[in-house]
Amino acid sequence: MAVTGVPNPAISVRMRLAGALAQPGEASTADLPMRFKISNLNFFYGAKQALFDINLDVPVNRVTALIGPSGCGKSTFLRNLNRMQETIRHTRLEGEILLDGQDVLQMDVVKLRRRVGMVFQRPNPFPKSIFENVAYGLKINGYSGRLKEHVEKSLRRAALWDEVKDKLNQSAYTLSGGQQQRLCIARALAVDPEVLLLDEPCSALDPVTTAKIEELMFQLKGICTMVIVTHNMQQAARASDFTAFLLDGTLIEHAVTSRLFTTPSDPRTEAYITGRFG
Amino acid sequence: MSELLDGRMNASADQPATNSASIAAKLRMLWRKSLNLVMLSLTAACALVTVSVLGFILGYLIWHGGSSLSWNFFTKLPAPVGETGGGLANAIVGSGKLLLIASLIGIPIGLMGGVYLAEFGGRTFPFMVRYATDLLNGVPSIIIGIFAYTVVVVPMHHFSTLAGGCALGIIMIPIAVRSTEEFLRAVPRGLREAAMALGASKWRTVATVVVPAAFQGILTGLMLDVARVAGETAPLLFTAFGNRYWSPGWNQPIASLPVMIYTYAIAPYDEWHQQAWAAGLVLMGLVLLANIGARIVLSRRASFLRS
Repeated sequence: MAVTGVPNPAISVRMRLAGALAQPGEASTADLPMRFKISNLNFFYGAKQALFDINLDVPVNRVTALIGPSGCGKSTFLRNLNRMQETIRHTRLEGEILLDGQDVLQMDVVKLRRRVGMVFQRPNPFPKSIFENVAYGLKINGYSGRLKEHVEKSLRRAALWDEVKDKLNQSAYTLSGGQQQRLCIARALAVDPEVLLLDEPCSALDPVTTAKIEELMFQLKGICTMVIVTHNMQQAARASDFTAFLLDGTLIEHAVTSRLFTTPSDPRTEAYITGRFG
Repeated sequence: MSELLDGRMNASADQPATNSASIAAKLRMLWRKSLNLVMLSLTAACALVTVSVLGFILGYLIWHGGSSLSWNFFTKLPAPVGETGGGLANAIVGSGKLLLIASLIGIPIGLMGGVYLAEFGGRTFPFMVRYATDLLNGVPSIIIGIFAYTVVVVPMHHFSTLAGGCALGIIMIPIAVRSTEEFLRAVPRGLREAAMALGASKWRTVATVVVPAAFQGILTGLMLDVARVAGETAPLLFTAFGNRYWSPGWNQPIASLPVMIYTYAIAPYDEWHQQAWAAGLVLMGLVLLANIGARIVLSRRASFLRS
């Protein structure tokens, strides 16, 4: 059953980083405090069901990766956590999502999204200056403190400060793709979210920039719970503590990343991570 | 592109084939190349016609009206019949006042309506609104004039600046609505999602991200809209009416450049014809200036965003 012996790049990469990522004694998610508790989640686009009875817990200040083939519902699932899917017409949600014990669906959506930030697949900075981009979330949330210091702090957290500190008033579009994505992360971090949702944040970026973003995620782990959707299994293996595998809208397996990639308990997971489909 | 095609053609010609086949291939190539040439010349000719019509009109206006342009033309009232000299100062100011009222009516309604169509609303109502705007856009401007006459001039008992401005404002609405809507729709969904994911409400997203992102296009659309109604004559004939003197108030008849051109052009005096030409030149010049000015402002903003 185990895939040892198969020269799988995902696994070899994981092996190298296993010591850095897996927390000692973390055999399962059960021992950790949970940020999100999702139970019996069903989601529909019109009459078409996209998610089937998903039960998943997201632990506090850890990285949870969602993997699976295209169209399996990873992004749909992620976008339900901050209710972005609501903005799409003719969709319907059943089930329960709890954020720190509070029902997300009953919460004020503005407050929810302030607590649960999001980074999208393609960098989407506003057509404003770099400073204004980071300050946007603070301004709309009525933050009246020292804007400048807060912007600097967020840019430092996103490891972008040194590159942009001399051109804060220039348009965000002057930045490269990777810098724009880090700007979007800084923008999301500016409002001090408890959770950061990342929807394939590196799919439009080159490997060097991808490494920077992963490094960044590693540093953010202490202050922020992260859920990342990725197509890239190496990335999931490198950057996450827990991994959930989705297939056709169903959660197949959810485990500590090192276990899911070495000894998957479901044959479909094994088939996917060894590259037999998807 | 043509090199690519040539290469492919040669390759097929080099292949061992019967004589007739290679002739057919050559004919096909000849046909393709000549078709390409014909279509290219056709589009180029049409583009040239478009530009040259503007050039021709402008040249003709300068030829006929340029000599009548003088300081007096911009500062003096029209001279009485039989006297030479005089200017159209009242008509220039009058057009400005009419456009001001028209903009005050047309721009807010058009802008808000466009925002509603693009950002809010369900399916049926926006469809109806869109349909109605398109129909309104097709209504002949003289009908709008009659409408303004009925609802403004008749109750007020006299022709007025207000009535003329209303007529022009109504004409502005459909174009303002539709152009605003189109430019807002072109804003990528990702920008809206980015703002909403930060906790911005719908209207806040629209006001602080979507509209600023489309601002350049929206402003261009509105400028063209104002330029369009600046030349409208028919709706002013029985609303603003016209005036040989300074208009004493917003509720009094007022002169305007298009109506002045109309009156002067059909009058039997050569002196007046000259002034009509000059007025045409001024009207066109103002519209061009406004357009160029807007474009300069917009391109500065665009270059900020790009580099």
